Amino acid sequence: MSMHTPQPAEGPASFYVLEEEHAHPGSGTMLGFWIYLMSDCLIFAVLFATYGVLGRNYAAGPSPADLFDLGLVAINTSMLLFSSITYGFAMLAMVKGRKGATLTWLGITGLFGAAFLGLELYEFHHLIHVGATPQRSAFLSAFFTLVGTHGLHVFFGCVWLVTLMLQVAKHGLIAENRRRLMCLSLFWHFLDVIWIGVFSYVYLIGVLP
Amino acid sequence: MSAHPEAAGQHAHAAHHDDHHDEGAHGSLKGYLIGFGLSVVLTAIPFWLVMGEVLESSVATALLIMGFAVVQIVVHMFFFLHMNSQSEEGWNMLALIFTLVVVGITIAGSLWVMYHLNANMMPQMLHDMRSVP
Repeated sequence: MSMHTPQPAEGPASFYVLEEEHAHPGSGTMLGFWIYLMSDCLIFAVLFATYGVLGRNYAAGPSPADLFDLGLVAINTSMLLFSSITYGFAMLAMVKGRKGATLTWLGITGLFGAAFLGLELYEFHHLIHVGATPQRSAFLSAFFTLVGTHGLHVFFGCVWLVTLMLQVAKHGLIAENRRRLMCLSLFWHFLDVIWIGVFSYVYLIGVLP
Repeated sequence: MSAHPEAAGQHAHAAHHDDHHDEGAHGSLKGYLIGFGLSVVLTAIPFWLVMGEVLESSVATALLIMGFAVVQIVVHMFFFLHMNSQSEEGWNMLALIFTLVVVGITIAGSLWVMYHLNANMMPQMLHDMRSVP
């Protein structure tokens, strides 16, 4: 009924939006960064596929059941999971504009990330020490490539995290730093998602008889 | 944001530029805690299945582990990465779906081809392969 009511006489009917929608700052950046993450996802997909094909070719060398220490992997997984939730707390503090709390949570996140890297390096060192080097078998080549690439991502995430902590400490929670923190948030949680695939497929399924 | 009334006043003058999409982009304390709780459970069960040697069948255990992994990835996507069909007017979700299709083709296709190489061999070769100890 009301749809057929003619427009009021004071102006012509307008079928276009008079005001531009208020642009979200950093909106294009977030979409662009998301597309970067998706391309990163493809890198990991290829490495997972490689591991899936080569993962059982031991060349008479050690198998996952001989090498992997699941207790260590469980601790490593929890480190990354804790770092995910503490980064979430940092984002919540950022939204509330609390610079000190943001920096504290970012620092804790960085410590968890460093602990993850330390444990992974210890594991790699142990593997190489017992002769399970990347050159030993196709399984170990694929393993070191996949897990090493993930570790490299975590390392650069930590470098980025420290950089942003310095930025926030110096300039505060300005719009640019908020945008950067949101990008790193996506990156950090994305790495945790990749790790779910790693611990499930490489470690847990790998040691099954 | 609306879940934190104590911060609303401070936020109103501190940063009104991201009022539009803050709930979707940053999540809430409740959301993070739910996601974390679910993740702990979904991580602990697969580790328990393998370390406790709960099931006889390796295949069943492997399928369960992959099932828990998929569920946990969805939990992370929803609670930590705040994926939904509305963010960035659906472009995030579109990029994700496209990526998942390509990932599926890459992984499933690689495994399918590489584990069926025998079928692509000539009969004589297949016979020789079988006689190899």
